[in-house]
Amino acid sequence: MQSFLGIFDIYLLEAVINGILLGGVLALLALGLNLIFGVIDVTWICYAELVMIGMYGMYYLVQVFHLPYWAAAPLVILLVALLGAALHFLVIAPLLTAPPINQLLATGGVLFILQSFATVAFGIDFRNLGIRLPVLALGEMNFSYARLLSFGAALAGMIGVYLFLTRTFTGTAIRAIAQDRQIMPLMGVDPKRIYLVTSAIGGGLAGLAACLLVLQYDVHPFVGLSFGPITFLICVLGGLGNFIGGFIAAFVFAEIISLGGLFSDLEWGYVLAFAFFIVMMFIRPAGLLSRRA
Amino acid sequence: MNRQAAGAIIGLLALVALPFVHRDPYHLHVLVLILIWSFAYTSWSIMGRFGLVSLGHGGFMGIGAYVTALLWNHLGVSPWIGIPLAMATAGVLALIVAYPCFRFRITGHYFVLVTLALSGIVLQVITATRDYTGGSLGYTPQRAPSGKGLLALQFDDKTTWYLIALAIWVAGLVIWRAIDRSMIRHAMEAISEDEDAAAAAGVNVTAEKLKITLISALMTALAGALYCQYQMFISPDTVSGIAVSLQMVFAAIVGGVYVALGPTVGAVITIVLAEVLRISFGTKAVGWDNLVYGVLLVLFIIFLPKGILGSVIDRIKSPRKPSRGHEQQIVPIARR
Amino acid sequence: MTGMLELKSIDAGYGSFQALFDVSLNVRAGEAVGVIGPNGAGKTTLMRVISGLIRPTQGTIAMEGTDVVATPPHRIVSLGIAHVPENRRLFPRLTVADNLKMGAYMPGARAHYAERLEFVFELFPRLKERLQQMAGTMSGGEQQMCAIGRALMSNPKLLLLDEPSAGLAPVVVQQVFELVKRIRASGLTVLIVEQNVQQVLRVVDRAYLLEAGSIRAAGSAAELAASDTIKQAYLGV
Repeated sequence: MQSFLGIFDIYLLEAVINGILLGGVLALLALGLNLIFGVIDVTWICYAELVMIGMYGMYYLVQVFHLPYWAAAPLVILLVALLGAALHFLVIAPLLTAPPINQLLATGGVLFILQSFATVAFGIDFRNLGIRLPVLALGEMNFSYARLLSFGAALAGMIGVYLFLTRTFTGTAIRAIAQDRQIMPLMGVDPKRIYLVTSAIGGGLAGLAACLLVLQYDVHPFVGLSFGPITFLICVLGGLGNFIGGFIAAFVFAEIISLGGLFSDLEWGYVLAFAFFIVMMFIRPAGLLSRRA
Repeated sequence: MNRQAAGAIIGLLALVALPFVHRDPYHLHVLVLILIWSFAYTSWSIMGRFGLVSLGHGGFMGIGAYVTALLWNHLGVSPWIGIPLAMATAGVLALIVAYPCFRFRITGHYFVLVTLALSGIVLQVITATRDYTGGSLGYTPQRAPSGKGLLALQFDDKTTWYLIALAIWVAGLVIWRAIDRSMIRHAMEAISEDEDAAAAAGVNVTAEKLKITLISALMTALAGALYCQYQMFISPDTVSGIAVSLQMVFAAIVGGVYVALGPTVGAVITIVLAEVLRISFGTKAVGWDNLVYGVLLVLFIIFLPKGILGSVIDRIKSPRKPSRGHEQQIVPIARR
Repeated sequence: MTGMLELKSIDAGYGSFQALFDVSLNVRAGEAVGVIGPNGAGKTTLMRVISGLIRPTQGTIAMEGTDVVATPPHRIVSLGIAHVPENRRLFPRLTVADNLKMGAYMPGARAHYAERLEFVFELFPRLKERLQQMAGTMSGGEQQMCAIGRALMSNPKLLLLDEPSAGLAPVVVQQVFELVKRIRASGLTVLIVEQNVQQVLRVVDRAYLLEAGSIRAAGSAAELAASDTIKQAYLGV
């Protein structure tokens, strides 16, 4: 009995730590969505599909064009950043004065487009990078280097965005525009430019997430569906546009998924997370940090 | 008004008579699909027209289909009982998710994202319980022994299915009309206009929204069950998940959500389009139809937010007004 | 001597509501000019038209000969026009430092960021102490300083002040008008809109009376202060 509990604890600890590692990438995705929502007041339903395109980008650069991983990653981040800017320019910008729900549904159309584009262009086969990173054994616990790397890179990405937002003029304008849109021209700020830059950053974050997720998961046209919904729940629970709330909620959800997955399949972790979310809506309807517009 | 009623009756009689005159099985098949999906899209629009944009309906449809089939296969429960049970399941889930949403005024983006997650989760559950549901490979209700077709709600005859689907579709329109003429409509319109004002005027906002959500979810689950019984094959991707939810929104928008026949027009356009694409591209069409769907959806939202039927009716009613003039307020698909 | 800012026959409004009718005025370099009038006379609209937040339906605006109406709103600051909006409109959840930074957003102003900051601190030493405080948590007077400081960060030639005394305690109002004098002394041209007629006529050279969207009177501050109509309606004498 005693020894059983000992092993159990090790597994539990491993799951907790893996949850934290997963939380990093989820927090990265939530940050991207929150940034776009906070600044432009739209939600990109197709956000996870941008990640999917980025994962295919990594697959092709690494497997087909034989680029090393470290060279392919910046290209993919740039590619998805451009995709984000294009999404804003082509779909959101013409709808800026339309009701917000229309903008949101239009990005739903883009979700269709990206999924079916991937189906047409890449087929429905599961593909992977063929890179197998070793596993770090700590005592009786195992952690994949892929997860550790993802966590580190996600954290670095978030710190990078934080520095950009706090240290640069454009970053300050991005934070300011969410607080008072109308007077931005008085500061000499062209909101259109800020929107475009924000969309590119949001895309870039999706690109970074793609580079990290592709280390752990196979890519297929519908891979976005497996982490898109969870990202939305995180953003709603943390409060849309609330960076800190999203960050905390990401780790809460990651723990639930990781611990739920300990007892059965990963999908049940998602179900638990959703159940938790519904319960939280009753307890704290205004979100984790209760600052909602 | 009378002329309109007469027209509707003649049209309906023509639709009933159709399978006895035109027996092409492929055409009947497409018509059955159109009727079933029209019913599903109408169900969505019953909520959507009041600004309750749900992306969770893929979940309700999936529940309707899977619960009915699972009860039949594993417990031998006839769909005659299974379908009401499946509808009840969807209804309960709808209430569980919708109650906190409405009670705590979760609207706009938040509501869309919550419901979106709901349909995503239903898809995950169907996939996760692959030992029972067959997972992403799909699921087939067991064939009933011969002579038990009625009990199992399984018919080989396309004409029978056509008439069933027609009846359900008409029922959907009747429900739409009933809501249109009831107090719920006024209450919901007041709510979508301004929730606080409606509440101040004595409207029980939460209760009214829940009512309309419940009706919509029950109908959607029925559509899912019918689809399953007709196709005798379901997979998570075709009856549940975000893609199906978006498909409903898309068709409803293309047709127009403010007119009773709008969702039907949307179903005709999208299904005919999908069939045409499927036939002209052959097996290479996988994905192409959705690609066109997506592009059209985006274009529609940008250029024709009222849908085809809504825009046409607008133009007939006030021909001088341009459909998207600068002065004219652009009608939202849904108010926030 | 031609004007720095010249408005000719301006009509403007919101949607179908017209707020300004055939308004012409000019501000010469180095002057302080006031626009006085009751609530709802169109004073704020006038300021917004000049800084490009709303576009006139008729008429022309020129800043040192440049057509303001043809300039995109976010480039009007570069012409040397800085607008301190009604109710200050600071970014409440940004620090004072970030608010000031936003004032220097234009490429032209960024280059002189450090020296402008020094200039603002000289005028408002209080802001230097509050740099890391959220702007929304400061007192009304401090917020007004910050709003004016933010506008000065863009190194403007013309400062538009919209109701700088609104919502402030009487003692603070006094301070704000003292500040306006000091800003003038530093060589800036000022166009100020106020309901507080008595105070504003003490700091400006000339003033216009705006009523129901039209200019009803114009003259030197002394002339207006002496005019019977203004005495009765606005000075309560």
